[in-house]
Amino acid sequence: MDIYTRRKIINGVNLTAAVVTTALGLFFLAWLLWTLFAQGLANFNWALFSQDMPGPGSEGGGLRNAIVGSLMMTITAVVIGAPVGILAGAYLSEFGRYARISIAVRFINDVLLSAPSIVIGVFVYEIMVAPFGGFSGWSGAVALAILVIPVVVRTTENMMRLVPDSMREAAAALGAPQWKVVNSVVIRAAISGIMTGVLLAIARIAGETAPLLFTALNNQFFSLDMSKPMANLPVTIFNFAMGPYDNWHDLAWAGSLLITLAVLGLNIITRVLLRPGRK
Amino acid sequence: MSADATQNPAAIALDPAMTQSAARTEADEVKIAVKHLDFYYGNFKALKDINMDIRAGKVTAFIGPSGCGKSTVLRVFNRIYNLYPKQRATGEVLLDGQNILGKDVDINILRSKVGMVFQKPTPFPMSIYDNIAFGVKLYENLSRADMDARVEWALKKAALWDEVKDILKQTGNALSGGQQQRLCIARAVAVKPEVVLLDEPTSALDPISTLKIEELISELKENYTIVIVTHNMQQAARVSDDTAFMYLGELIEFTDTNTLFTNPREKRTQDYITGRFG
Repeated sequence: MDIYTRRKIINGVNLTAAVVTTALGLFFLAWLLWTLFAQGLANFNWALFSQDMPGPGSEGGGLRNAIVGSLMMTITAVVIGAPVGILAGAYLSEFGRYARISIAVRFINDVLLSAPSIVIGVFVYEIMVAPFGGFSGWSGAVALAILVIPVVVRTTENMMRLVPDSMREAAAALGAPQWKVVNSVVIRAAISGIMTGVLLAIARIAGETAPLLFTALNNQFFSLDMSKPMANLPVTIFNFAMGPYDNWHDLAWAGSLLITLAVLGLNIITRVLLRPGRK
Repeated sequence: MSADATQNPAAIALDPAMTQSAARTEADEVKIAVKHLDFYYGNFKALKDINMDIRAGKVTAFIGPSGCGKSTVLRVFNRIYNLYPKQRATGEVLLDGQNILGKDVDINILRSKVGMVFQKPTPFPMSIYDNIAFGVKLYENLSRADMDARVEWALKKAALWDEVKDILKQTGNALSGGQQQRLCIARAVAVKPEVVLLDEPTSALDPISTLKIEELISELKENYTIVIVTHNMQQAARVSDDTAFMYLGELIEFTDTNTLFTNPREKRTQDYITGRFG
């Protein structure tokens, strides 16, 4: 067999293997989405957003309290976590780029990035839930914020580093002090990337269940009080999927679809933000 | 280049009118005096004992092959190298008699006096107006009307006003490369510096934009001391009063442009300007 035929065969084998594995991955994703839509769409109605969770044995119901609780905790987590993450990312990229401590911070951030979320749930239970006597929306938000920070730190640093040094030099050459260079020029140049990081962080925490189990717990009733246990979608899905009632199962499917659509929407927005050629 | 031209070092400046230089005299005011300047990138010594006097109100050009240190000299004059921790300079650089390498120098104020335009146009991610206003706002507190006037003045100085006066609120990124570079010049001029450093300002531009910027340089020297680094010897001959030839981190020859291009003292200068190496 000449070398040319051999190359063709090797190419064919590798290409086939690559296509088959890709198809396999996509098949399960499509299956998952299909099941989710098939089961969830049937219960995707106005009541889902207008009614609270049904008690055991009662008919119908919705997820209004869980949706509101999830939104409140997610927003609070982002309000706490995003500024911390952006400032830390700016430090790593700009002020402390060559500092020795930055190496340690980057390493710890990477560890935090891949830490199992249940560990963070237990940690917040230990520092907030146990000492202050009870589950609360605040502790749920703090647990989620701890998940937001490493994602935002990482993307902020990467995106700010993509800003060419010539831009920093140009601003510094006008006599701008470093904080001004970073604030007015570098952050502006990297803003769409930084925002993408924040959105990705929201997508990351949208479906987190473990940290909330130990912190916000859940609440069957509508409540805006973040110092009390707070309803949320992931834990509700967990509870309802395990429950004995058909309408609970239906709501769990609808809730799963809702989270999936939210994450999908966030990912589409980030794609649009980072579209090549967009200034 | 023809055989005839290689024998004649003056070939580069065929037309005496091409150079605007007049011989240097003792009476000239010195703007920047460089004394025993050494420069290091980490352990690499990039500049070796540079000594020179840069005349006020004149255009001084640096020429030399890539890596000879000409940009490095420029980057010392506004201490932009200080952004990078492994770079350092020793010796003295006196701006109006004050050593800018001294410890007590406020680098930001120095940079407001010594402006710089870089090789690649670097418009900031903001509107054309704000690009100009950015530097001005750092050191001056102007009223709205005064700022408008300053922006217009700077853009006119950079010969860009007519092209952008109706799109001042649009982003600077939308301009062409040549326009972006003139925006950067306007931005540097707007803060009213005393010295303007130009680091290969036309190497990324087309010939027409290059011509515009060269005309601009001739106009700007009325009010500013200009130092330009260029790869292009014809450009140095066209725009400068004095020319410095550098090679491997050393200042080989520094004199008025006419003399350097027509009657160089050093063999290496002659070889370089006649295209025998570099």
